[in-house]
Amino acid sequence: MPAYRDIVRRIDSIKNTQKITKAMQVVAATRLRRAQAAVQATRPYAEKMLEVLQTAGERATEYKHPFLVRREGTRAVMILVTTDKGLAGAINVNSIRAATRYMQEHYPDQPKYVTLGRKGRDFLLRFRRNVIAETSGLPDRPSIATILSGVAVALEEYTRGDVDAVLLCYAKWISTLRQEAVVRTLIPAEIPVREKEASPPADYIYEPDPESVLDALLPRYVETQVYQAVLENKASEYSAKMIAMQNATKAAGDFIDSLTLFANKVRQAGITTELMEIVGGAEALRSAG
Amino acid sequence: MKYPLRVVSVERSLFEGEVEFIIANGADGELGVMARHAPLMTVLKPGPLRIQEVMGGQEQVLFVGGGFLEVLPERVTVLADVAEHADEISVERAEEARRRAQEKLAGTLTTAEETEFQNALAIAEARLRLARLRRG
Repeated sequence: MPAYRDIVRRIDSIKNTQKITKAMQVVAATRLRRAQAAVQATRPYAEKMLEVLQTAGERATEYKHPFLVRREGTRAVMILVTTDKGLAGAINVNSIRAATRYMQEHYPDQPKYVTLGRKGRDFLLRFRRNVIAETSGLPDRPSIATILSGVAVALEEYTRGDVDAVLLCYAKWISTLRQEAVVRTLIPAEIPVREKEASPPADYIYEPDPESVLDALLPRYVETQVYQAVLENKASEYSAKMIAMQNATKAAGDFIDSLTLFANKVRQAGITTELMEIVGGAEALRSAG
Repeated sequence: MKYPLRVVSVERSLFEGEVEFIIANGADGELGVMARHAPLMTVLKPGPLRIQEVMGGQEQVLFVGGGFLEVLPERVTVLADVAEHADEISVERAEEARRRAQEKLAGTLTTAEETEFQNALAIAEARLRLARLRRG
């Protein structure tokens, strides 16, 4: 049977761990709120951009930007968004699995990856996947500039004709308790059709012309989608981390309770043994005397 | 006459309010927009966006690193690539960014990288001009 002191020491150590997980939970909760605000802040731009894209698309119907053309072929580059740090439950594992599976099923030909986040990069490199660009160590509120180089590499692959599609995979934030890995097709881009007569299409003067406006808009559109995914992935990361740390704190609490019970039993057993020894000793003395 | 103006970048909203006149750096040169301007959609080049709430009055300057300007009969929207208020720009930072971009351009580059750095350079230079403008 372990010594009472040893169990108490063990309990103290778990209490320290519990303090850390509790603190991490609180920090994750604050950062989650901030991440959600960051996602919100991109909405006005994204909505306006879509609106302009729809109007310009309606005007330049005969013009097909390469990003809108569906290509035959099964080569693709996947932009995989993951977190930099662990201790966030299963969100990275889920995203990585969703991404690699999707590639295997739909684009098995020379799959290429661009990773945003350290976890995805490390995993793919370990399994010898072709990672053509990576960015890691993204701050909590990354500026769009931090993700542009990765996106530029993917777009260049497509423009050069080396791949037939550009995909995106990230952990979509559904609720604090639920995050889901989703795969989206960035190119060929699907511009959602405007609801009928939501607002009458504006008849613009285009400067220089609708085609160049579309040319400039489409890469921005793709970049904006990736940027939003990165921010949303942050929100998912902190949600997952918060829940993971909450569970860890609870598990530590349960463990402390059962160890305390055990420690008391050990202490009680010790006292009983000692009493028995004293009583036995006294008994022996009396019968001897 | 005033019209509602909205300046948004991907990261945040920069300006929202009623204005009389703005001057932007369009693809085909500088252009001014007053109320009742014809509907227009143009690409913006990196440069200042000057906002006058009252025509000829106090001017507010935003730095826009490229983007789009949409003029509709009832409102005007600027989708800015990188946008910041002129007083947030420091000469030192702009100077440093320009040096970095030039250094990178000096090396051998792929076309994508080159356009990226050309862009960075144009942005850094426009910022620098604006920062000097504010000082002088």
